Amino acid sequence: MRRFVLWLALLCVFAPAQALTPEQALALSRGDTSSRIAALNAALDAPDDRTVSLIQALADDAVRVSGTAVFIVRDDKGFDPVSGAEVALPAAAEEVINNNQMRSELDAALAFVKLSSPDAEVRLAAVKTLAGEPDEAKLPAIQKAFAAEKVPAIKEALGDLRYALLLGSADRAKRLEAATALGDSGTPATKTLLLERLKTESDAQVTAALKGSLAAIESRLAWGERLGVVFTGVSLGSILLLVALGLAITYGLMGVINMAHGELMMIGAYATYVVQNIFRTHFPGAFDAYVIAAIPVSFLAAAAVGAVLERSVIRWLYGRPLETLLATWGISLILMQAVRNLFGAQNVPVENPAWLSGGWQVMSNLTLPYNRIAIIAFAMLVLAGVAALIAHTRLGLFVRGVTQNRKMAACMGVNTARVDTYAFALGSGIAGLAGCALSQVGNVGPDLGQSYIVDSFMVVVLGGVGQLAGTVYAALGLGVLNKLLEGWQGAVLAKIMVLVFIVIFIQKRPQGIFAMKGRSAEA
Amino acid sequence: MSAVLPTPAAVAVPRRGLLSARSWTAVFAALLVVVVLVPVLNLVVPAGSVFHLSDFMVQLIAKIMCYAMCALAMDLIWGYTGILSLGHGLFFALGGYMMGMYLMRQIGSDGQYRMPMPDFMVFLNWKEFPWHWALSDSFIAQMLLVALVPGLVAFVFGWFAFRSRIKGVYFSIITQALTYAAMLLFFRNETGFGGNNGFTDFKRILDQPITTPGMRMTLFVITGITLIGMFVFARWLVGTKYGRVLQAIRDAESRVMFTGYNPVAYKLSIWTLSAVMCGIAGALYVPQVGIINPSEMSPAASIEIAIWAAVGGRGTLIGPIVGAFFVNGAKSWFTQAFPEVWLYFLGALFIAVTLFLPQGIVGLVRKLRGLKEERA
Repeated sequence: MRRFVLWLALLCVFAPAQALTPEQALALSRGDTSSRIAALNAALDAPDDRTVSLIQALADDAVRVSGTAVFIVRDDKGFDPVSGAEVALPAAAEEVINNNQMRSELDAALAFVKLSSPDAEVRLAAVKTLAGEPDEAKLPAIQKAFAAEKVPAIKEALGDLRYALLLGSADRAKRLEAATALGDSGTPATKTLLLERLKTESDAQVTAALKGSLAAIESRLAWGERLGVVFTGVSLGSILLLVALGLAITYGLMGVINMAHGELMMIGAYATYVVQNIFRTHFPGAFDAYVIAAIPVSFLAAAAVGAVLERSVIRWLYGRPLETLLATWGISLILMQAVRNLFGAQNVPVENPAWLSGGWQVMSNLTLPYNRIAIIAFAMLVLAGVAALIAHTRLGLFVRGVTQNRKMAACMGVNTARVDTYAFALGSGIAGLAGCALSQVGNVGPDLGQSYIVDSFMVVVLGGVGQLAGTVYAALGLGVLNKLLEGWQGAVLAKIMVLVFIVIFIQKRPQGIFAMKGRSAEA
Repeated sequence: MSAVLPTPAAVAVPRRGLLSARSWTAVFAALLVVVVLVPVLNLVVPAGSVFHLSDFMVQLIAKIMCYAMCALAMDLIWGYTGILSLGHGLFFALGGYMMGMYLMRQIGSDGQYRMPMPDFMVFLNWKEFPWHWALSDSFIAQMLLVALVPGLVAFVFGWFAFRSRIKGVYFSIITQALTYAAMLLFFRNETGFGGNNGFTDFKRILDQPITTPGMRMTLFVITGITLIGMFVFARWLVGTKYGRVLQAIRDAESRVMFTGYNPVAYKLSIWTLSAVMCGIAGALYVPQVGIINPSEMSPAASIEIAIWAAVGGRGTLIGPIVGAFFVNGAKSWFTQAFPEVWLYFLGALFIAVTLFLPQGIVGLVRKLRGLKEERA
């Protein structure tokens, strides 16, 4: 092996590509495992395409031997490994059997060959395969590939691999160098590697270097984890924000406690489900675009239901918040049962379109899923839209006017009843949008709304009534706090702690973070 | 916020006795039914007879009587003081759990694992009882805890809530969060209350088998007497000066404050009392129904208590009892005959009562009677 390495190092530099000979082909395919491995290593000196395809065929179990003739079998046709021409396959040809040792040697050889592939992805995959079974013999070739590599990501991986191999070296100086250099890496795999070496290492200086590198990697991994927690927190916060934005309008501006808010979200989610099914059956080519189409549909569906509710029930209960609470609870029961009857009591499947699946790998242990990123962006868009609507449109002006002084607004000619309906429909429609977003990250079922209703009311209560800014801070703050506590104490205790925190917070600021200033004795 | 409730028909006026002669007759009649009629119909009349009251019916009525206590407690805090609690299920469940702990200890070594500890503890591989089970072997201590634990939880929570003047819908939502948090806590196995299975498979109470007809009837009679007792007590309470201050707080809290009363003390005391009543109801419920689990603390269960009081008629004391019987009777009929329709009915009931019947069934009856008298 050592000698082969030397040869390899020399030949890599000097030897031109060597053509595959029939003798080599036979030596690779027949004989005992150790002689075949020797032949394989010899063939790897500077392999040509034919050698590579033979090794590939061996790895695929697609080689047969008849006497001294070797055949590559593809689609039941025989090919000569040396010339590549199609030849008649003798019936008596025997399949080449590879044992596990041979198989792993073949895989490593293939990966080794692929290191010089022009395709960057193939090279990266090859590095990963080689990293799976570090073999010091391959070190010189990896050094060479490292020197020649231009793509930074692959160069880094090759560098890590190089040091990983050096780490097992008998030379103390090399080990020391590797142990120090590996501290710059950030992958969990390197951490395992260092830990394993630490168990067997006897040299004090190397041990110290190993420990130093381990600490560096651990702190880098910890950063990845911390960022991950913050991201999931922001993601949860943006979901809460979407849920609470609708409530901020119906409760915050209109003073209506809408316990059916969660069910309006459920309607939005089911509208997304229906749109998805329509796209699947009628426009399968445009399936990836269904989410875009589902956004307005879910908004309109929930807004329509909201408008009907306002006209039929809530209208008669203005100024009686406790009664509204009970009546809307009744509405939520009816809506849930209606959905159960229409779509069944089980959860329905809503698929992510291709562009929302997968994620963006930021660090070795931190991947941000695209659907969560999309929801954060979507929540910000909806927030901006609602803020603009309230601040800059005629409807927004009317809503603010009616909120501040209903009688005065009516005297000025505002149709307050109609403004109520529009505002309630708007809040409901935003709930529908929240449902559409939730369908991309969670289950869609009749109980979808129930699991969010307590949280979303907490956001509104914490944020304060009548203020969008309060809702935003409360939603994001609660989301991040929840996830931070979750990492520390587990999901259930985290939730309980958050609820206790809100109850205590309300003691200090009964009107929420952003209280409306006023002289009213009873707010 | 002064008009949270439409002015109820009956603001209790000062009167000479505790109850009118007619009311006393009704109370004694109810007592007679509970103590004599039901036991006779269930135990003495043979099973084939038309007049026989089945065990199922006895259990159902007992269950509803426990619910009626909750509705009565809810009426004191909501109908008379104007504070809507969406967390009364928590106090009910806490009372039930305290009773359940005692009943679990009474199982002794007769559980599935034949071990001296409750099955779920054996399953979790616990070697000794957690600290909050220290008194669970004593019936008297546990019965005290039935009242003390919900009372203490309510007092501490109310202390914080009322002192910072949380009121109206805010209070309702916070109580809902409270019971929700408690539900999550009790779902955990580590909390030591049997996780999501809760307590069940009770065998004995006070060393007597719990499933015999005699024991069932004893519990039924105790429940009935407790309910009637609570009713008379509530009737007395709302007639006192204390009760009238409560109603004043409901109608105009600021004015009460400006006249020199401290509403916090009144609200806190009635809130705690109401929680204790719920706890007692829970404790009577558990041995008769045979199970207690965290689902009793779900926000939906608590909000149902409010609807019993609303359906029957808030601000009247007979109303909540009528409401509890009406809604739960309908529930047990619907869930047997048309399970699909039950939620539609319940939902419609919520809407209809708030829209059309602010005084509930009792208010409706009074109105009809009033119309009749006018015509006569």
